[in-house]
Amino acid sequence: MSDVLILNGRLVDPASGVDGERDLLLRHGRVAAVEMPGVLRAVKGKEIGKEIIDAKGMIVAPGLVDVHVHLREPGQTYKESIKTGTAAAAAGGFTSVVAMPNTLPVNDSVEKLEWMLDASRGACVKLFAMPAATFGSLGEEITDYHELQRVGAVGFTDDGKPVLHDRVMRAALVAAAGIGVPVSQHAEDTRLTGGCSMNAGPVAFRLGLRGMTVEAESKIVERDIRLLRDIEQHDGLRPHLHVQHVSTAKAMEAIRQARRAGLHVTCEVAPHHFTLTDEAIGEYDTNAKMNPPLRNDADRMAMIAGLMDGTVDCIATDHAPHALFEKEQEFERAPNGITGLETALGLALRVLHKGNGMPISRVIELMSAQPAGIVSLEGRGTLKVDSFADVVIFDPAAEWSFAAAKSLSKSRNTPFDGAPMLGRVMATICEGVIVYRG
Amino acid sequence: MTILETGTIAAGSLLTVAGLTVEEVAAILAATDRLERMAAAERAKILAGRRIALLFYESSTRTRTSFELAAKSLGAMTTLVSDKSSSIEKGESLKDTGLTLRALGAECIVLRHANSGAPYLLAKTTGLPVLNAGDGMHEHPSQALLDLRTMLARLPGMSGRLVNAKTLEGVTVVITGDILHSRVARSNAMLLPRLGARVVLCGPPGLLPDDALGLGLDSKGGIEIERDFDKALKQAGSGGKAVVMMLRIQRERLAGLELDLEEYISRYQLDEERLMARAPEALVMHPGPMIRGLEIAGEVADGPNSAIEDQVRHGLGVRMALLVRALGAGGFESVTV
Repeated sequence: MSDVLILNGRLVDPASGVDGERDLLLRHGRVAAVEMPGVLRAVKGKEIGKEIIDAKGMIVAPGLVDVHVHLREPGQTYKESIKTGTAAAAAGGFTSVVAMPNTLPVNDSVEKLEWMLDASRGACVKLFAMPAATFGSLGEEITDYHELQRVGAVGFTDDGKPVLHDRVMRAALVAAAGIGVPVSQHAEDTRLTGGCSMNAGPVAFRLGLRGMTVEAESKIVERDIRLLRDIEQHDGLRPHLHVQHVSTAKAMEAIRQARRAGLHVTCEVAPHHFTLTDEAIGEYDTNAKMNPPLRNDADRMAMIAGLMDGTVDCIATDHAPHALFEKEQEFERAPNGITGLETALGLALRVLHKGNGMPISRVIELMSAQPAGIVSLEGRGTLKVDSFADVVIFDPAAEWSFAAAKSLSKSRNTPFDGAPMLGRVMATICEGVIVYRG
Repeated sequence: MTILETGTIAAGSLLTVAGLTVEEVAAILAATDRLERMAAAERAKILAGRRIALLFYESSTRTRTSFELAAKSLGAMTTLVSDKSSSIEKGESLKDTGLTLRALGAECIVLRHANSGAPYLLAKTTGLPVLNAGDGMHEHPSQALLDLRTMLARLPGMSGRLVNAKTLEGVTVVITGDILHSRVARSNAMLLPRLGARVVLCGPPGLLPDDALGLGLDSKGGIEIERDFDKALKQAGSGGKAVVMMLRIQRERLAGLELDLEEYISRYQLDEERLMARAPEALVMHPGPMIRGLEIAGEVADGPNSAIEDQVRHGLGVRMALLVRALGAGGFESVTV
């Protein structure tokens, strides 16, 4: 592994409070030095850095962390594989991704988790996983959290489905609290969403599609918060609930209140939920079909407000690749989900930074330090000396259009084909290895 | 490649009434008149030898027969493909079925489908002109056009009027019943206000959510909601020319909705006493199939105000015009979706 010397960049590392010109030396997969301009240039002459990157005009930031991706392996490699999905992650500036368990078969055992995390799968960025919260993600019986954590689980989720029964969710929160990891909840009361394929409202009415109400999301969030409070009061534990892909103002407000009450609730918002509304479905474009669905503009603005005021802990893509033939179906029959790893930074900078005045350092924090903290990735999400040499270098001023045809993902299901982006990734470095060059 | 890149919607398609300009509506109705007046032998030459596929994923009597007879009376060859006796039953996708029909020489597809939006998928993936013969809860555009034609034929003083943005000024159309699930209601609610009609939607909240107001032309709408059927009828009956369009309760789509049928009948059924007391001159319409004794009483359906059979009859002419338009014949070459 060669040394990498990154010179002349604006280093933005929210975890260490750095935002200014710094040079960076990566050695043996770790951050070896962070110095003011000029200091490392001296050692450059001594040829310690075989790879020298001139980052003039660029931002040098901790590699991005995504706590919510679907890599489709095992079982659905026609959509994506760990190799292609992590290549797409690298192209988007991500150096750590957390794979969801709704693969075929469901990742609910030590053997499956070990198989997924094995180096022979070909991940080019650091792969983590959340195994299923319940066996088969059937919502009936929780998996072996202790054993799964021993081989690398960073949390538990039945993503794609909620843990619906109060008793089972309570057991999951208690078991996860015992080992200090979160339960990530897909907040959807599926008893209220049968046959629904988009957000409830005037657009759904006009299109003749059954709509998911905002209450279908908020009721589960509120139920989970009640469980947290109950467990804290009666079990002497402090469980960590992570609410996935929040999409409604009502759920966001419930989370805000729970945090004010001191409960350990974190949450994520996906770029599509702060960028688009249900109008994006247009003429039944299945590339705008996802779950939770695109909501109305008031909900979209509530996601932005939550990101701005700190209620939202991180941005997560919910990268969900599907093959063209699957999306090329009747809207109600097409699967939910869009790809997102290569558009997340560009959308966040465009909508949050340029559109709503969020400082770039805060965008980076929401995509690196904070998600790393949610799943306790020690030494990641920061560029402090001795942390992992996970770095993204991007041009914050570059305006460009995303071309789905050039995606490194196997799938092209995105509503952002041709959409304007701000900020282009020039290089992604994972544990000192350059895994992407723009 | 995304779906949108695989193809565009062919000119002559009719997927939604929203895609029609008032001028196009006028042209379709003018063509309907021309075709109906034409001698049968002359008419049979217009689409002689042309191939039209009727792709029906849902059972249908009047719409399917109407399109089929319309096509045949224009001389076209038709083939009926239904989901019960084809490769669809074996799981073939809508796209692949459409491509197969195209490869076999179909020049136009008439599609009835249980999923809203299915005609868009078929049109984009085949590039053929597609006529929406009813898609899920979305739209039934040819029904709205034939309803319009029926109004023009039956309402007093309408005969021979030019179709424009003021044609239906002074007309109130009360659409009553299961509007949530009705593609007919959506198409009519979007089409009729553009010709000047006042459309009043009526039904209980479970069957008529406030979201229906979004079908209106703008923030002012052109569409109103009135929960009380008696009030709606009275307003319509006293305000000028009135139409009462009754809709079937679609029991097959009522999943999760609790509906007290006895209460519904007492509040929303159009019976003779209610009609005569509140809107005795109103034209009564129903897209069918009717459930006599539920949303409409038999004596009203068969009574002098009823235009229900006229609707079916006008359907034939309107569908002839749509097929001619779809295949670019008879002066329709320039019209678009």
